[in-house]
Amino acid sequence: MSTPLIELVDIEKHFGSVIALNGVSVSVNAGECHCLLGDNGAGKSTFIKTMAGVHQPTRGKIMLDGKQVVFSTARHAIDAGIATVYQDLAMIPLMSVTRNFWMGREPIRKVGPLRLIDFEHANQVTMDEMARMGIRLREPGQAVGTLSGGERQTVAIARSVYFGAKVLILDEPTSALGVRQTSNVLATIDKVRKKGIGVVFISHNVRHAMAVGDRFTVLNRGQTLGTAKRGEIKPEELQELMAGGQELATLEGSLGGTV
Amino acid sequence: MSQADTQTGSPNGGPPEEDVDERIREVSSLRKALVRPELGSICGAVLVFVFFFLIARDSGMFSPEGILNWSVVSAQFAIIAVGACLLMIAGEFDLSVGSMIGFSGIIIALFSVTLGYPMWLAIIIAFVVALGIGWLNGYLVIRTGLPSFIVTLAFLYILRGLTIFIAIKTTNKTIIGGVRDAAEGDWLAAVFGGKIFKGLFVWLGDQGIISTFVAGNRAGEPVVDGIPMLIVWAIGLVIFGHILLTRTRFGNWIFAAGGDAQAARYTGVPVNRVKILMFMFTAFCATVFATCQVIEFGSAAADRGLLKEFEAIISVVIGGALLTGGYGSVVGAALGALIFGVVQQGLFFAGVESSLFRVFLGVILLLAVILNTYIRRTITGER
Ligand SMILES: Nc1ncnc2c1ncn2[C@@H]1O[C@H](COP(=O)(O)OP(=O)(O)O)[C@@H](O)[C@H]1O
Ligand SMILES: [Mg+2]
Repeated sequence: MSTPLIELVDIEKHFGSVIALNGVSVSVNAGECHCLLGDNGAGKSTFIKTMAGVHQPTRGKIMLDGKQVVFSTARHAIDAGIATVYQDLAMIPLMSVTRNFWMGREPIRKVGPLRLIDFEHANQVTMDEMARMGIRLREPGQAVGTLSGGERQTVAIARSVYFGAKVLILDEPTSALGVRQTSNVLATIDKVRKKGIGVVFISHNVRHAMAVGDRFTVLNRGQTLGTAKRGEIKPEELQELMAGGQELATLEGSLGGTV
Repeated sequence: MSQADTQTGSPNGGPPEEDVDERIREVSSLRKALVRPELGSICGAVLVFVFFFLIARDSGMFSPEGILNWSVVSAQFAIIAVGACLLMIAGEFDLSVGSMIGFSGIIIALFSVTLGYPMWLAIIIAFVVALGIGWLNGYLVIRTGLPSFIVTLAFLYILRGLTIFIAIKTTNKTIIGGVRDAAEGDWLAAVFGGKIFKGLFVWLGDQGIISTFVAGNRAGEPVVDGIPMLIVWAIGLVIFGHILLTRTRFGNWIFAAGGDAQAARYTGVPVNRVKILMFMFTAFCATVFATCQVIEFGSAAADRGLLKEFEAIISVVIGGALLTGGYGSVVGAALGALIFGVVQQGLFFAGVESSLFRVFLGVILLLAVILNTYIRRTITGER
């Protein structure tokens, strides 16, 4: 097997006295969707923020293409091809889709001494990329606030892909979505993976994870409970691991397997 | 893979997207042209002009001198409104604008008149000090994480107090006169206090297009002898602010910093730098205002600029900006300033009791904000 795109080894992260991560290891290969599962507060968001350079790990190392790196800022990670769509979405609802799409990397056109945004190019690319993801915009000047939750996720994903992400991290992209929007986002993940991008997909919904995942890592209270390949593990087992053992299993008995 | 494919449905399939499209009403191009952040202020401006045309047409309000009169007042509002507008869009307030105006004025008069430095040097010193204070405002807001409302409120008092203290300590007065003599023949003073197109106005006077003085020591000169630099500054700042905001990368970052600072940071926007620069720009605009005023009046007074911060903010809000940041228009703010100036001077021309100015302004503010809120919701899908 080739070297993973990115590998995090024995990551620990302390916030003062809170130990949010206590030795988590995850690797992501090109073209795979690696699902990170865990209950609320398990440390999923903290872990991917470490991967994205937002947090610096207290202990542990990050290997990029087999070489150790230190991401001291989010910009470092972005420049290294690690793109993240945060749970609280890095989208600004009052601004247009185009302005959001190009945020921080606006294309420039020189007019005399002025360096202006090349809106013609920016709008065209935005429309094309969104269409490629299956979303038809009314117009590129449309505010992001007028889009549905699933469409916003798609703008964020399309943006990352267009700017050459090698690893795409999605923090609970489906948790606030309805059925159809969820399936659209999952379809998008599948498309992105087929381009050879490594996807980290965070969820606490086992069905969503099983739909697209190639490998599954379960986090519980800041620790890895193990990584399994698709086909090696059943949804019920994942569900049980996430809940941290017996409690849910007993619950499930009384609820008749509906959880 | 098969499992993924069956569960995720058809990515390019027709039905889902067509469903969505059916639910988006076609937006007529007229509506699209109308629904913009400036609409409220455009309506307000039209309303105000029609109103005064009806009640004050014969008062000389629309003669060349009358037009110059309210243009100058509007230009004053516009200069500080541009700064306040960009800062508000970047998500911050500056309540120290009025005090900054008094402070910069006293600095100029102190260095030029009291200390005898050349005028151009005094003006440059005032700008450097003002930019430094703007930077400090921004730095404190960023560093402490306190609302800019509080930090700049502190500076409203600090600067006003310092201004009076400096004036009294150095001259025993709160007014420093003699600026006009000090500014005589100074190249930089002319940039703020001069007039342009003088020849054109002489020609217009000679042609009888605008009237000329018939008696006195200015007999034969046109009643309006040029466009004051104050107006040139206002127009220049509005154009600069508008292009910066809507057409440049930095403008995109201003919107982003005010729209959602955290989201902007995630995408690599230097939010702190943007905000600090906007505080400095606001201080710059306040100093432009102060310099023009000091040279025009020939004096600086420690109480100048009182309440200007609110007048600037009101102009910006009439212009369609959102108080919480991330949304607004420089052109709108300029129209807000125009409304402000026309109403203030128009009531004077119409001979209306001047206390009614505030009533009138309050009503316009309320109407414009209600209309703006509706427009903004339509555009942004805000709920
Ligand atoms: N910036 C922070 N400061 C202090 N504690 C934090 C911080 N971020 C996360 N935590 C703590 O770390 C734990 C894991 O949180 P998080 O990573 O958000 O979980 P998840 O995304 O899996 O729901 C929680 O107990 C949370 O309170
Ligand atoms: Mg989380």
